[in-house]
This record gives sequence, structure tokens and C-alpha cells, in this order.
Amino acid sequence: MSGIPHDHYEPKTGAEKWLDSRLPIVGLIYNTIMIPTPKNLNWWWIWGIVLAFCLVLQIATGIVLVMHYTPHVDYAFASIEHIMRDVNGGHMIRYIHMNGASLFFFAVYIHIFRGLFYGSYKAPREITWIIGMLIFLMMMGAGFMGYVLPWGQMSFWGATVITGLFGAIPFIGESIQTWLLGGPAVDNATLNRFFSLHYLLPFVIAALVVVHIWAFHTTGNNNPTGVEVRRGSKEEVKKDTLPFWPYFVIKDLVGLAIVLVLFFAVVGFMPNYFGHPDNYIEANALATPAHIVPEWYFLPFYAILRAFTADVWVVMFASWITGGIIDAKFFGVLAMFGAIAVMAIVPWLDTSRVRSGRYRPMFKWWFRLLILDFVVLMWCGAMPAEPPYSTISLIASAYWFAYFLVILPILGVIEKPTTPPATIEEDFEAHYGKPAE
Amino acid sequence: MLKKLSIAAIAALSLSAGGAIAAGGESHIHDVDFSFEGPFGKFDQMQLQRGLQVYTEVCSACHGMRYVPLRTLADDGGPALPEDQVRAYAAQFDIYDVEKDEDRPRTPADFFPEGGDPNAPDLSLMAKARAGFHGPEGTGLNQLFKGMGGPEYIVSILTGYTGEEKEEAGTTFYANTAFPGGWIAMAPPLYGEDVEFADGHSNDLHHEAEDTAAFLMWAAEPKMMARQKAGFVSVLMLTLLASLLYLTNKKLWAPIKGKKFDG
Repeated sequence: MSGIPHDHYEPKTGAEKWLDSRLPIVGLIYNTIMIPTPKNLNWWWIWGIVLAFCLVLQIATGIVLVMHYTPHVDYAFASIEHIMRDVNGGHMIRYIHMNGASLFFFAVYIHIFRGLFYGSYKAPREITWIIGMLIFLMMMGAGFMGYVLPWGQMSFWGATVITGLFGAIPFIGESIQTWLLGGPAVDNATLNRFFSLHYLLPFVIAALVVVHIWAFHTTGNNNPTGVEVRRGSKEEVKKDTLPFWPYFVIKDLVGLAIVLVLFFAVVGFMPNYFGHPDNYIEANALATPAHIVPEWYFLPFYAILRAFTADVWVVMFASWITGGIIDAKFFGVLAMFGAIAVMAIVPWLDTSRVRSGRYRPMFKWWFRLLILDFVVLMWCGAMPAEPPYSTISLIASAYWFAYFLVILPILGVIEKPTTPPATIEEDFEAHYGKPAE
Repeated sequence: MLKKLSIAAIAALSLSAGGAIAAGGESHIHDVDFSFEGPFGKFDQMQLQRGLQVYTEVCSACHGMRYVPLRTLADDGGPALPEDQVRAYAAQFDIYDVEKDEDRPRTPADFFPEGGDPNAPDLSLMAKARAGFHGPEGTGLNQLFKGMGGPEYIVSILTGYTGEEKEEAGTTFYANTAFPGGWIAMAPPLYGEDVEFADGHSNDLHHEAEDTAAFLMWAAEPKMMARQKAGFVSVLMLTLLASLLYLTNKKLWAPIKGKKFDG
């Protein structure tokens, strides 16, 4: 791979040369795993490994679950109980898969906010960022469809509400909704296609992860200073970096092991904490639950979806200017997807020349407010859509958009950043001292 | 100790408050100290057997448990009835045999019968399908410390009747402080001294309700004890792994950071 100069794999023995001239796979693995990595990476950089682990964990447990699951409206719920009661270790595999989704999203949110703080999205890493956003979208799709498979009450009604969003698209919405569901309402056809796609998406994600890694291995990792690795010569590179193996593999594994301690405490002692009790009631098209709540990791975006009601002036304005084509429901859908879209185009919204938030005194505060905003949105999403939560949701949603569309572009112009260290080496030595001679 | 005290205080508060709240008000769930709560909690085998008795003699008149295999009554970490008792228990319920085209007695390989009353919900998963605790402010933090509260919900329903009744569209509703909305279609199933326990355990209303709730928790989560054990072993082994990796990492980075490592 191109990018930072480092020692590449050299086949030595006859057998190595024979293989390398036919399939340079050893070289590919070697160059990937020995990639020079900024030595000042802090603990916020472990979440990539956690995410890779989650993907493998979900695929591995998922493959076993599929062996015992029946994707049919009459049998799906009972087959989950079969897994929980009769399959050897089935209850653990299912609870790991169920909570694995929560860990996956927990990790991806930290990973995304780490990128947002340290400016990992900025040139030249825009492609890495965009691919990451695509992975996030795919994860949301996989998570949503996976939640439908147990065919509980929340599965059914969550699917009804979310696919109903597509019905809000003017003119063609209803046709799209029917096409997605495979019929006029959520039913067996829906369950079957969601099952098929839930199995497919993780492999699409895996492919995108390869591209994600490929992209940032080309540009090199970002780091807490946002200062680029010096690339004049291999000697210069060695002052700023360490090979990924063993230094960062071991460090990441420490982080992963600690995260897994907490994860298995949840799986072992409170596996249903992140779930909804209603999903232990079989789906019933005739009984609507009192509150339809998505899983916790969708709550911030669900809050944005519900925040824009017909009495909000932007909604009224949009409705008036489009002659009623954009109604409150469609506006909510646009806002929800827009909230992810503005995040995806952040490389072109942030005007600051300084990459890392560490050297941006004003940015720091707006960023902290964004984290708080995210938490508030998550809380609002779990609350009923009534005052005062609707007002809080609206304010919090407005801040989300303002952060990306207004604050970031302006900050870059008016903010006076502090001076980052000249090199990564300098930053590392300031924190940890000089290497032993 | 502090936890016990606070739970007792909350229980006392909620009990007294329960009387004060008129039927039709907010549903009211009081905390119960079950043996199976917390990471080290265990099902009380005798309590599960008593609960099975209440279920069989009272609940099963209307309710069923279609997802619970009868054989699991013999499982460790459950009521752990002897095999012959499970066979005898199963045989008292008939099931239609498709191959023979006639009814035959159930065997341990069959499931609990479905309920006779179509309006009575299946109880297989009831203890997991209800959340007793939501607060404070819908944050669900109580669930973090006390569990989801399904068994507490069941106890609260069984003991929450105020004695008031009303009739609507030909159906009688009974005032219940725990039921959302305050009026439930189920007539009070337990009054106290409804069953005689072989082990001489108290059969007042509250004890019967607790035993029933414990049994239904087992029915909903039969592998709970196995799961907690697996969780405990995983946490222990991963803590060890994390510690070893931490030391490895420290040693690996020591020369880079210009430090000495005496590990």
C-alpha cells in the first residue's frame, strides 16, 4: 500500500518467492499489519478494534442462530423460545447476539464522536469518513431488521412505524412502502425479506470495512494532535510512528478485553436491560402497544423524526413553499435522514485549518454541547411525544443541525486556534518522555 | 444492609401509598426482595415448587404456558422435580394426538397446556413481558439496580385488588392498583389460603403471590442460573485476560516511553 514509507515485505526463501510471484498475500497481510501508526494515539483509538470484533461476533453468533430460527410469522416467535430453552447454549448465543448489537452501536457512536473531535474526517481522510457513514447506515438497517426477526410486539410495530416513514414520501411513497413490505402491511413477506437482508448486510458491512481500512491505510491514521506523520524518509517516519503490530494490537486488545468484561456482565446478569419487555409478547396486528419505542441506539434519530410537528414554523414554511407536498411527516423523515447527511458531509462544512479539536478553544465547548445534545435527544426519543419533551426535542434537533451547518463553518473563520506541536514525536515526548536510549 | 433497609423502606412506602392511590390512578408496583435477584441470585427450588402448585391449582384454570416444555420441571436450576413426578404431573393433562386421531395423556416431552380462556394471556413469558420499574423519569435506572421488575409486577397485580368492581359492555372489571388504567378484567385469582403447601409454608395472599411470581420468572427464564454462571466465569476469565494484557502492554511500551518496567 502507498502512503507512509516503511519496510515492505521481502520474500526470502524459495517457497516465499514462489508464492509471492503468484499471489502476494503474505506481503499484503504483512504490510497491513506492520503499517506505521502514530505513536501518540490515545485510548479513544481502540474502538475500531472493538467494532471489528463486534462484526465478527455478530456474524458468528448469527450464523448459529439462523440454524435454529424459522422466518415465518407463525413460527418465528416460538423458534426464538426454542433457541432460549432447547438449543444447547442457545440462551447465551441469543443474548450475546442481542446485546452484541448494543455494544456495536455503543462503540460506533464513540468511534464517530472521536472522529468528530479530532477532525479525522478532514482532508485527506474524507473517503474514510464517507465509507464510515455508509457502514453506520448499513448497521442501522441491519439492526432495525434484526429487531423485527423475533416477531414480538415491538418488532412488529417498530417495523410498521419505520416502513411507514417511506410512505410519507410524496406521490410515490405508498408504492415504495408496499414494495418494501411485500404487501399492504407488515406480514410474512416482510419478515422473510428482512431475514434475507439481515443476513446479507453484515457481509456488505464487512466489505465496506475493508475499504474503510484501505482508505485510512493509504492516508495514514489521524492522531490526537491532527499533525501529519513526517514522510521525508523511513528514519523520519520511525520518529513519529510505531508498527501496528505489536504495539497497537496489544494496546487495542487491552481495551477490548476491558470492554468485554462489561459486555459479559450485561449478558450474564442483565441481558434484557437494553431490550423492551413488549418484545416478549408475540406480534399482534390487532393490539398496538401503548408506546412504540425503538431500540436505544435509534432514539436520538427517532427524537429528531418526531420533533418537527406541523406547528413548527420551518415545517409550516416548507409546507407553504412546496404547496403542501412537504407535510410534517415527510419533513420529519427528511430531518432524520438529514441529521445523518449533515454528519456525512462534515469534511466540507468544517472550515478550520486546524484539524484536532485539542487546539480549538471555542470548538471544544460547542463539541461538548453536541455530546450533551446527543444524550438529550436519546432521552427525548424514549419519552412520549408531548410537552415538555416535544419542545426539548425540537431545540435539541435544531442544535444538531446548527452545529454542522452554522457553527462549524463560522468557527473556522472566527476562532483563534492554539498552536499544535510541530511533530507527533514532540507531542509524544511531552506526554511520556523520551524513549530509552 | 443499606440496600435491604432502603428496599424495605421503599416497600413499606409503596404499600402504604398503594392503599392511598384510588383505583384508576397510576399503576403501582412495589418492590419485592426475591432470592433470584442480582448477579448471585438463585431460584429457591421449594418456592418454585410452591409456585407450580398455585399455577396448577389456580392460574391454569384460565391461563396456559404453551412455550414451556413439561420436562423442564425436572431441570436443575428450576423446580427440579423427580422424573416420576414430572411424568405423573404431565399425565394429568390430555393432548390431541394427530397420528392416533384421539386424545392421550401428555408426556414430559409435551408442553404445558394452552389456556382455556382465549382472553387470558399465555404466561410462559409474562415475567419478562412486563416491566415493573421504569423510573425515575423513564430513565429505567431502577431496572439497572433491581431487575426489570416483571415478578414485582405480577405480585403487585395479584395483591393489588381493592375490592371495587364495575360493569362495562357486559364485562366485569375489577379495580387494581397495579394494572395500567386501574381496571382489570381478571377477577381476583387469589385471596390467601387458596392452596395448602405440602412444606407447611405460609399460604397468605402475599406469600402465594410471591411464589407464583417466582415460578413464572423461572418459566420465562429457565436458564437464568446457567446464564449467571456463564456470565460470572466470563467476567472472571476476561478480567484475568485484561490484567495480563495490561501488563504485557505496559512492558511492551516501557522502552518507547523511556520507562523501566519491573514486571
